[in-house]
Amino acid sequence: MFSYYLRLAFKSMGRNPILSALMVAAIALGIGASMTTITVNYMMSSNPIPEKSEQLFYVQVDNWSPHNPYDDETGFPPTQLTWRDANNLYNAQQGTRQTIMAKSGGVVQPDDQDVKPFEAAFRLATNEFFAMFNVPFLFGSGWDTQADKNREHVVVITKQINERVFGGDNSVGRELTIAGHTFKVIGVLDTWQPIPKFYDVENGAFEDIEDVFMPFLLKEELELPSWGNTSCWKPRESDGFHAFLNSECINFQMWVELLDANAESGYLAFLNNYVNEQKSLGRFPRPLNNKLSHVMEWMEISEVVEEDAKVMMWLSLMFLTVCLLNTIGLLLAKFSSKSSEIGLRRAVGASKKDLFYQHTVETACIGLLGGLLGLVLALLGLTGIKSLYGDFATKVANFDFTLVLLGLLLALISSIAAGLYPTWRACNIQPASQLKSQ
Amino acid sequence: MNPFKDAGPILRALSRNKIGAVLIALQIAMTMTIIVNSVYIINERYAKMHRDSGIDEANSFYLRSVGFGENFNNQSTIEEDIRNILAVPGVRAAMQINAIPLSGSGWSMSLQREPGADAEDFGTAVYFVDETALEVFDLELVAGEFFSMTDINWRQAGQSNWSDKVVISQALAERLFGDEDWPQGVGKTVYIEDKEPMVVVGIVDKIQAPWSGWDDLDQVMLSPEQLDYKSVRYFIRAEEGRRDEVMQKVESMLAENTQRVIRQVRTMEETRERSYRSDSAMIKILTTVMITLTIVTALGIVGLASFSVNRRKKQIGTRRALGATKSDILRYFMLENFLISTIGVVIGAGLTMGLNIVLVNTFGMDPMQWYYIPIGMVVLWCVGQLAVFGPAQRAAGTPPAIATRTV
Repeated sequence: MFSYYLRLAFKSMGRNPILSALMVAAIALGIGASMTTITVNYMMSSNPIPEKSEQLFYVQVDNWSPHNPYDDETGFPPTQLTWRDANNLYNAQQGTRQTIMAKSGGVVQPDDQDVKPFEAAFRLATNEFFAMFNVPFLFGSGWDTQADKNREHVVVITKQINERVFGGDNSVGRELTIAGHTFKVIGVLDTWQPIPKFYDVENGAFEDIEDVFMPFLLKEELELPSWGNTSCWKPRESDGFHAFLNSECINFQMWVELLDANAESGYLAFLNNYVNEQKSLGRFPRPLNNKLSHVMEWMEISEVVEEDAKVMMWLSLMFLTVCLLNTIGLLLAKFSSKSSEIGLRRAVGASKKDLFYQHTVETACIGLLGGLLGLVLALLGLTGIKSLYGDFATKVANFDFTLVLLGLLLALISSIAAGLYPTWRACNIQPASQLKSQ
Repeated sequence: MNPFKDAGPILRALSRNKIGAVLIALQIAMTMTIIVNSVYIINERYAKMHRDSGIDEANSFYLRSVGFGENFNNQSTIEEDIRNILAVPGVRAAMQINAIPLSGSGWSMSLQREPGADAEDFGTAVYFVDETALEVFDLELVAGEFFSMTDINWRQAGQSNWSDKVVISQALAERLFGDEDWPQGVGKTVYIEDKEPMVVVGIVDKIQAPWSGWDDLDQVMLSPEQLDYKSVRYFIRAEEGRRDEVMQKVESMLAENTQRVIRQVRTMEETRERSYRSDSAMIKILTTVMITLTIVTALGIVGLASFSVNRRKKQIGTRRALGATKSDILRYFMLENFLISTIGVVIGAGLTMGLNIVLVNTFGMDPMQWYYIPIGMVVLWCVGQLAVFGPAQRAAGTPPAIATRTV
């Protein structure tokens, strides 16, 4: 029966090609616009590390000024830590695993004279970074606790840098001059680009990952510059690099891995204890305001999804609604022009149910065609988004299988929903009324 | 003749076929909602993108020089670089600077009128400049005086104290000293980092901070310092129309020093484009949406009107046979659409305001001005009338003889 209805559907569409084309086009445009914006929102709000996003927590403590909060609107604590707090909290080792980190940068001078020196971004982190964030390695591995403690000049480089400097060979054990110091390469990362770049959204949620990774304490050892956001509320006591490290300036991030809710409340209690202890030393003048947020909470708080993307998604869903209203009108027109045929079918024995089924198949066909065309339009739309937004959009303007399925489903459901009323009207045609006038 | 004389029969006819009319009215309402809010967003973004940065954008560019060699001497390199850059034919002015307007990254501090950690303070962007800054940035001094060569000091990495003198933008002066009294700010002492005094020696007309999204974009202070850093930025203003030529020459000249890397050689035009990229993208996308949506709605009206004309062929023929003129028929359909559109735009006005309130509450936009709504209503009326004109004309062309045929 289904294939018969399918045939009927295509016959009926062929009878009013313009009307059918209008309906397919309307659905396609609506789906195209919606899927473009849904894709961008979906990618922006995607979970970068689904396997353990609820076990990784971003740490915030409120070291800000007694006179005004860090964030006037929300009252949230500062988004980063001071050097002192990052080190104290890390050294306490109260989580299952924890890592403290910062962004820096400097010039990389390859030994190979043919490769020009270039400026690279550094990620300073403690050894747990790689295991906590499931970072894939192509060659070698990260460093160990000892290397952190001894401030060893070891470095993990990205695949890209390895291509550039070592021609893609296994460079583990090779030497590289970074920021004027000789480093030993101990690992090469495989392709890795979390979207969003959750571990440091402070400095751009859709940035590329840093080029090289090195032990955190080298910041102090080599007096590496502070890249990324640095905010201060209190004047520094004196000049120099150490005064900065000992100041109330925030430029450092901390993540802690906690396996269950108990561990989480335990860690929060530890943070509160720590702050109270510091209060007795004259720091932390504000009321207790410490916060632990797991990955997706932190993405939400940091407003990783651009507001423009949200506005566009709502507008495009309204656009889809207009297209569906349009389709309802056109379907009404179409089905009522078929009323004599429907009357005839009813008269020769088709039940209302049969007719309902038949016309639902017809609207579903229109919907699916519209959906397929819509996906093509969405691909065009995403290409447009990439060319309009440049760099960062290439990370978020991409389809995956779920999205294709979602697009087709959205088209199918919305077209069938649009078809319900016209179909219902068509089925209720009295056979006699239509046969009379023939 | 009363153009609305058919309104009664039309309304009675519509009430028998409500659903078609309701669909069109709703479409018009939603379309108006989207279009009016889009136009509003577009206008807002357009205004934002066209704020004046105060500098000579068309002829300016900048670059970064990152030194790394062991014998790299910051101060002598910078002095030599500036001398060499100024010697390039076509260069009008050049200086070392810490941050670039509109580029997205820079320094900010706050200034206050009274010392003390709890005094009211005003955020400001900080540019470290030399005595040529007025020429480099194309600024006008509106009060006081500018720095002289002897005021300029070297600022070390990690240095915490500040210069004694400061020049501020007029917008910042207005915040600090009042909208009327700002010229009197010259000679007054302001405080930085809670307690360190600086004397305002001059006020410049206009210069923007590095962050285009910052509310206080026009609040800027200029400090007479040059950074004693390995990694520095040079800002260069070329003579009218010679930017690209100068840019190339300067880059290749500076790259001759192998103790450093030259990066981010970029024009101010490009910087502006990058800074407002998401706004210009939003404008383009919303424009596309508006055009497509108008076409979809118009086609919908054409489709439904054609359908209702076809269905009523016999009645139209009958009316014609009974003496109605072609223009009577045309007017009937135009008026019918006008009435439906009226319902649509009235609902649309409500929805438009509703969506605007949602946008204001959720995304912190400013509320829209009232006149957007009547303009939107008129536009949608016109779209409806244009769309229905074709089918209505076809209806008017129906021969009276059709009334006598059965099918």
